[in-house]
Amino acid sequence: MFVAVLAGFAAALIVPWLHGRVGDRSGWLVALVPLGLTIYLGTQLNGIANGETVGATSEWVPSLGVDLAFHLDGLSLLFALIITSIGTLVIIYGGGYLKGDPLLGRFYAYILIFMGAMLGVVLANNLITLFVFWELTSISSYLLIGFKHDKADSRQSALQALLVTGSGGLALLGGLVLLGHVAGTNTISALAAQGNLIRDDGLYGAILILVLLGAFTKSAQFPFHFWLPGAMAAPTPVSAYLHSATMVKAGIYLLARLQPVLGGTDAWQIALTGVGAATMTMGAFIAWRQTDLKRILAYSTVSALGMLVLLLGMGTEYAVKAAITLLLAHSLYKGALFLVAGSLDHETGTRDVALMGGLWRKMPWTGTAALVVAASMAGIVPLFGFISKEVFYKAAYDAPDAAAVLTGLVVFSSVLLVAAAGLVSLKPFLGTTGRTPQSPHEAPLSMTLGPLLLAGLSVGFGIVPGPVTDYVVKGATQAALNDTSAKVELVLWPGINTVLLLSFLTIIAGLGVYAGRKPLQRRVGWLDAGERIGPARAYRALLDGMLWLADRQTRILQNGYLRVYLITIVTVTTGLVGYTLLAQTDLDGALRSPDVRVYELLIAGVILAATLAVTQAQSRLAAVAALGTVGYGIALLYILFGAPDLAMTQFAIETLTVLLFVLVIYRLPRFGRISSPVVRVRDATIAISAGAMMTLLVLIVTADPARTGLTSYFAENSVTEAKGRNIVNVILVDFRALDTLGEIVVLAVAAAGVYSLLKLRPDREIRNRVSAPRSTVEMNAVSEDRIEDHITELTP
Amino acid sequence: MEVILAIVIGALYAAGLYMMMRRSFVKLVIGLSLLGYASSLLIFTVNGVTRGQPPLVQEGMTQPVEPFADPLPQALILTAIVIGFGVQAFALVLFKRTYQSANTDDLDGIKSTEESGKVRSPEMT
Repeated sequence: MFVAVLAGFAAALIVPWLHGRVGDRSGWLVALVPLGLTIYLGTQLNGIANGETVGATSEWVPSLGVDLAFHLDGLSLLFALIITSIGTLVIIYGGGYLKGDPLLGRFYAYILIFMGAMLGVVLANNLITLFVFWELTSISSYLLIGFKHDKADSRQSALQALLVTGSGGLALLGGLVLLGHVAGTNTISALAAQGNLIRDDGLYGAILILVLLGAFTKSAQFPFHFWLPGAMAAPTPVSAYLHSATMVKAGIYLLARLQPVLGGTDAWQIALTGVGAATMTMGAFIAWRQTDLKRILAYSTVSALGMLVLLLGMGTEYAVKAAITLLLAHSLYKGALFLVAGSLDHETGTRDVALMGGLWRKMPWTGTAALVVAASMAGIVPLFGFISKEVFYKAAYDAPDAAAVLTGLVVFSSVLLVAAAGLVSLKPFLGTTGRTPQSPHEAPLSMTLGPLLLAGLSVGFGIVPGPVTDYVVKGATQAALNDTSAKVELVLWPGINTVLLLSFLTIIAGLGVYAGRKPLQRRVGWLDAGERIGPARAYRALLDGMLWLADRQTRILQNGYLRVYLITIVTVTTGLVGYTLLAQTDLDGALRSPDVRVYELLIAGVILAATLAVTQAQSRLAAVAALGTVGYGIALLYILFGAPDLAMTQFAIETLTVLLFVLVIYRLPRFGRISSPVVRVRDATIAISAGAMMTLLVLIVTADPARTGLTSYFAENSVTEAKGRNIVNVILVDFRALDTLGEIVVLAVAAAGVYSLLKLRPDREIRNRVSAPRSTVEMNAVSEDRIEDHITELTP
Repeated sequence: MEVILAIVIGALYAAGLYMMMRRSFVKLVIGLSLLGYASSLLIFTVNGVTRGQPPLVQEGMTQPVEPFADPLPQALILTAIVIGFGVQAFALVLFKRTYQSANTDDLDGIKSTEESGKVRSPEMT
């Protein structure tokens, strides 16, 4: 089973190379991967139909209960078969559709990655495994929607799909983690047994909302549906595969899978029924008014996804059976219709149905397939779509609550979808010849095979529903219900009853809407205004707002002014540390009576005065002199407190520093006060607060000093181990000699830097020096010119 | 005695930060210096100080006589002082070069290399 899931990923690594070697017909070869998987899954049909399951587990992060675990039961098998079989057809089709495209190899790789990810989702038996593959489908969908990456709207649609499904994925992760936490296990097949426990838990509401957010975004439910029509920027085989037959059904899979765990409550029923009904009605209502083939199909897909959610929301045994049946029927006819749409686009050079007509004569195979699957979509006898519509109507008709309203909405949507089906089949293929940009001819075998096979299945499953019911629908329904005794039967002709009557009415009304679509479309044109203020607009506003916020906060926080960074850092640190010190420590010990001697006070006084002088100095020289005084004062403190080495170093360095300062800045004008008094007061306030905080910190820390074990170690071993009597020196050159080496390296680097800066002579400076040796007078003139009143006079 | 050191440390931090918030490059370097003093003294003080007892071992003994000043912070500070000097020297020379090309001590006046180039161009003629 691991092989089955990972085969797609492994194959993705080599197909670009393979495509390079084989060339145009590579699609047939690549398709062997999903075909092999389909055959493997086919061999499992019998066992699964008899109630067996297949599983495989490998530990991943055992401490967190995360396993790479897979599990094949009826529900997984249905999805897996759809994924691999339609995958086979789509890859063959893609080989013809993108023939000659330099990126075809990459296309195969993306499709195979997606297929592997999608198989991972439907086979996963661990919540976290499921999530990982779930996200992989979002990412591969992003890559595939943005396949024509040189087009801006492709990239934008890809990003939109990623952001919507990705944020839903984030919610889903939260939901799954909570679910695993409450259930005490991450193993999906063990969750159903915990159903009552989970539904009674206080976290049930949160789990439900988060999981539903994930499922609804993925399956394009209102109000998150808008990314799906945008995703039509992808090459058509991708739309057929991801955005109709498989990926958008991942949300449906999740809902069906968790139905025994989370379902059965009022909240579940209301949320799913409500959102599903809204999505179904809205999708259908938009679909029949489009003229772009792919948009018609996209909105009708949205509508069908709404139907599936609605059915799962009802939750009755019959409704779940209807959902599974509809899912299978929809994958067959909608996948085929997308492929047909791609062929039409490919052959005629347009996707506008208004320009097409009478194409059946030019493209008989494609046309036949299109008419058959569209009839299935419209629910016409004897196709599989008819059966699925029958059970759907009956499920709505027998709904536990609000049956009349639901039946009304279902019939209304179905009528419009019949019109949409007519729009994508009758309009292009029958009637008078259209005015297409290219002169069409029949698509190659690679592109007719898929639609024809899917049309054949729609007919076969419809006329002989027995085998598919027993082997696929039954197992899937029982798994979704977690009830192996559920009776699942499908028949083509249930006899004359109310539901059948509704079916006929739907078809007739649908054809009526199709025939009178132009005046009808004009009558409801004013509703388009609603679309402009819809969720797509909210998405854009949210995205723009986020970018604006990011831009603004970057401008404020990363403004390039050192002092603003400093002020921010210092204020925050002072605030937080100061608050903690004042609120959480005992200040009594800190405010002890000082044991101070007069000469210490004197030195401290000198340091304080010199420090103040540094900040107030009007000339650099004065500032440097004061700075030197501070340094010497500190050296004296070191002497008083038993650190002669420090004092000697400090004296030496201080002298050097003063000399250096004087040498470098002697010939520069003195500093003026650039900033305003208000700014100075503000800075002084912040700085003094920070200083006060540091004083307080030292007082509190020194109230309870603690010698480290290191000190006694050095004291004991300085003479015996290192033969040195000055412990500080011994630490530097012996115990921590490597640190001292590092210090020397730092100094060497600094010296190299200083030297190169001093030697650096850009060309223009050399010229400048030769032509106009700088005098102080000249410099003054330039300075006054450029820096205005900042520099007032020259230092002597 | 730590009380007096605590006040000195606080004052040095305040002055150092204040100087670093100025727009003048030189003041920034001086501020850095003050901050260095403050940090050295902080390390020196936090574990308590001892008057007049350097961590030296007398002749004929194998260990210093208690109480003695803690040698560990002293070793750290020695390193800090020397590296601080290196940083300061580099900052000063950098300032000198910047001043030569930008003709200003104001940090706001030397935002980009292009600007400083423009400032200098009339002088070259």
